[in-house]
Amino acid sequence: MKKEPFLRMSKRESISLWKEALIYFVAILLALIVCAGVIYALVQMNPIDVYKAIFDGALGSKRRIWITVRDTLTLLCIGVGLAPAFRMRFWNIGAEGQILVGGVAAAALMINLADKIPNVLLILLMLAAAAAAGIVWGLIPAFFKAYWKTNETLFTLMLNYVAMQVVTYCIIFWENPKGSNSVGIINQATRAGWLPEMFGNDYFWNIVIVVLLTVVMYIYLRYSKGGYEVAVVGESERTARYAGINVKKVMLRTMAISGAICGIAGFIAVSGSGHTISTSTANGRGFTAIIVAWLARFNTFAMVLIAFGIIFMEKGAIQIASQYGLNESASDVLLGIILFFILGAEFFVRYKIEPGRHRQQE
Amino acid sequence: MEQTYAIELHNITKRFGSVVANDKVSLSLRKGEILCVLGENGSGKTTLVNMISGIYYPEEGKITVDGREVKIRSPKDSLDLGIGMVHQHFKLVDILTAAENIILGLPGRQKLNMKQVNADISALAEKYGFELDPRQKIYEMSVSQKQTVEIVKMLYRGARILILDEPTAVLTPQEADRLFEVLRNMKKDGCSIILITHKLHEVLAVSDRVSILRKGHYIDTVNTADATVASLTEMMVGTKVDLNIDRPEPKNRVKRLELTDVTCTTKDGIHSLDHASLTVYGGEILGIAGIAGSGQKELLEAIAGLEPVTEGSITFYPDTEAARTESVRIDNLDVAKIRELGVRLAFVPEDRLGMGLVGAMDMTDNMMLRSYRRGRSEFLDRRTPGKLAQQVKDQLEIVTPSISAPVGRMSGGNVQKVLVGREIAQHPKVLMVAYPTRGIDINSSYTIYHLLNEQKERGIAVICVIEDLDVLMELCDRIAVLCGGQITGVVDGRTAKKDELGVLMTKHVVHRPAAPENSGQTDAEAGMASADGAGTVDKPADGAGKADAQTGRTSADGAGTVDKPADEAGKADAQTGSISADGAGQTDRKNDISGRGGRAK
Repeated sequence: MKKEPFLRMSKRESISLWKEALIYFVAILLALIVCAGVIYALVQMNPIDVYKAIFDGALGSKRRIWITVRDTLTLLCIGVGLAPAFRMRFWNIGAEGQILVGGVAAAALMINLADKIPNVLLILLMLAAAAAAGIVWGLIPAFFKAYWKTNETLFTLMLNYVAMQVVTYCIIFWENPKGSNSVGIINQATRAGWLPEMFGNDYFWNIVIVVLLTVVMYIYLRYSKGGYEVAVVGESERTARYAGINVKKVMLRTMAISGAICGIAGFIAVSGSGHTISTSTANGRGFTAIIVAWLARFNTFAMVLIAFGIIFMEKGAIQIASQYGLNESASDVLLGIILFFILGAEFFVRYKIEPGRHRQQE
Repeated sequence: MEQTYAIELHNITKRFGSVVANDKVSLSLRKGEILCVLGENGSGKTTLVNMISGIYYPEEGKITVDGREVKIRSPKDSLDLGIGMVHQHFKLVDILTAAENIILGLPGRQKLNMKQVNADISALAEKYGFELDPRQKIYEMSVSQKQTVEIVKMLYRGARILILDEPTAVLTPQEADRLFEVLRNMKKDGCSIILITHKLHEVLAVSDRVSILRKGHYIDTVNTADATVASLTEMMVGTKVDLNIDRPEPKNRVKRLELTDVTCTTKDGIHSLDHASLTVYGGEILGIAGIAGSGQKELLEAIAGLEPVTEGSITFYPDTEAARTESVRIDNLDVAKIRELGVRLAFVPEDRLGMGLVGAMDMTDNMMLRSYRRGRSEFLDRRTPGKLAQQVKDQLEIVTPSISAPVGRMSGGNVQKVLVGREIAQHPKVLMVAYPTRGIDINSSYTIYHLLNEQKERGIAVICVIEDLDVLMELCDRIAVLCGGQITGVVDGRTAKKDELGVLMTKHVVHRPAAPENSGQTDAEAGMASADGAGTVDKPADGAGKADAQTGRTSADGAGTVDKPADEAGKADAQTGSISADGAGQTDRKNDISGRGGRAK
């Protein structure tokens, strides 16, 4: 005779907040244990030391803290940009490209208009140009999807490569010094087009811009008519049409907003932190931000925490990589393990697993 | 042991989260009997049989087949035990033929002898009286033919115990009768059948015994011979229910909507609505009858501004007292435009959570779905819809923990009340409802019929699509019948007869000159190619052929009272006979019967 199923799985009706938090906590704990195991297996080092090094790497000194904050802000900015697109169930895998074109637009003005116009005007122009470039990059796939129902996932993904080639092409003109095949730090001497220092802090304006975007996006998605339309279209296009929503218009508008914010993230990366442009300006953050947006379920405030957590691990992993002579890929391995557990925890938040009948009785 | 049972369930319990779908349910199916499992939607009928067919696994209790205890962990286990299930939603591959679907997934030799398979299937079909062409592709079939394929599939795979989940929901009365006849043949052959339904007259017509479930609990099993509609309802609902629907006389009938030759065309060039003309009056309930997919959805959506109209016009007449000249064309305008024109249309669509409501949102957010644009502010006003949500919840006695719980979590009846409540709150001039009581318990259904009557008395034009002809004939002032996208007749709801409606539901007016007699497929292709507006010819003509066979039969059986149907059948035959879209064998049969129908006439 056949046996009973060993485990049974069922959807949860609801889950209390602390239970959800506990699941994530356990997931992170397990991730750290597995990471420790991997570290030990590879390099036979004391995992506790390694974790100390991770903390050190992310928050060990004032400078490190600010770098962590800076990178958290950039990632958060992209996540905020992706939120409306994913809320609309528009699979915008193209943040990477939108960041790059935003960065290129900003860098172009930075290089060509430096010292020709006042710095404040230059920065504002750069901001506008970056947003505009992001809008174009976001609107192209939205337009094709709205009118010809093309697949946005492939479309946005492919546009990433186009953006990358655009950057490569521009670098040929902007090479500095010649032959280095890189742009180098732009306007290092004059600091033209750099987001200026404020209250002795290099990243003051980064914080202002990103916090502003985060709050405005929160309000937009929760309390505005536009945000409501985004949510309805995301849940069901048929319902949206039934409600009298112009689906095409909402799709174009939402992707314009999403592209603009990702473009601004490119501006921040160029003007507010890197002061250069290269094909790795986005550096995969356009993809990482998708995880940020989804895990936060489009709540931009929750994104702050998640973005910080991810950057914290990333910085820590880089630290242990250099401190113990592991190469950069070691940090990717660790980050991968951690994300795997966090995403896996999602399953346990939604479903519960119970033992089969026999085990319950025994 | 004097009585052997085909299947016995002992104290079966199944939970979904905190919901107990089946609570210690016991059931026994005797060999060679038809057992009806009766219960309202949500009473756990489908869950129960899904445990027999291996879709779910029970938490507690045991199942015995032929007296042996078994564990059924997958549909394959179930089939190995000789149990076959026909689901409500067919599980067929559209582009394969009937025979290919039937043998799909069966083990066999590398080289397939399709000829042999086809012959076997034909023999099997003939044995039980099915009409089935094994070579016909699924996408060319009507719903009832697809159902036949599902049943034959199970028999071919050796099922001796057959479970049918609400098989008649998609059939015309005539098709349902044919199905029952086949089931009786199978019973004679020793098959045991479980039939899930919530239609009482079917239970009384076909079953030997009835088991009743209510809210997951097993109530009782009775012999059908001892049961009546009233006694079954009482067991099903738990209290005595007044099964009468009021039908107040229409007052102040005024013309509200006029549809002239409205035609909708699908991407493939098929007319999903074909020159439909209809006048809708305020102060009356207009019912729409028809087999599923005859253009009901398109009719309502065309009026609502959701379906483009390729030909014809829809005109709205605002009010009687005011000047009549103010009529507005509303065809091909989108929902927002129609509302801007001040035309208040309310629409309760068939797909409640996929179209009418957003399941993930709470009641408040759903209340403002159609009105959120009000006001100049860029921000949402949640206060007014919040109040409305509370009001609708109290008035219609909606069961939900709070108005901020997602509507997708509510039961079907409550979901529908939210939707109907919102649409009525718009104070519409025209209220359209599609399948308002599908999947809803009896008490909620009557609440909704009552609401529709209330709207009618307020002078609103109510259009309702309902599949249950009995309800339609009790509720509506007039009934328009759709078939293949055409309106084949509008009858008075007070004097309408069921077989009369049945004939109209399968009657097809063909717009083109008769083509030479041909086989089904090529004829269909010819119909497409000729592009003279008869693209839909294939299926409806097919349906008409069948209707013919059936009405022919009823008229031959019935005495002089069914004069009219016979007449109709004769006409339908005259129109479709020459283009006969059916296989050769069936054509013979049809001619034969139509001959009889002619005599009755």
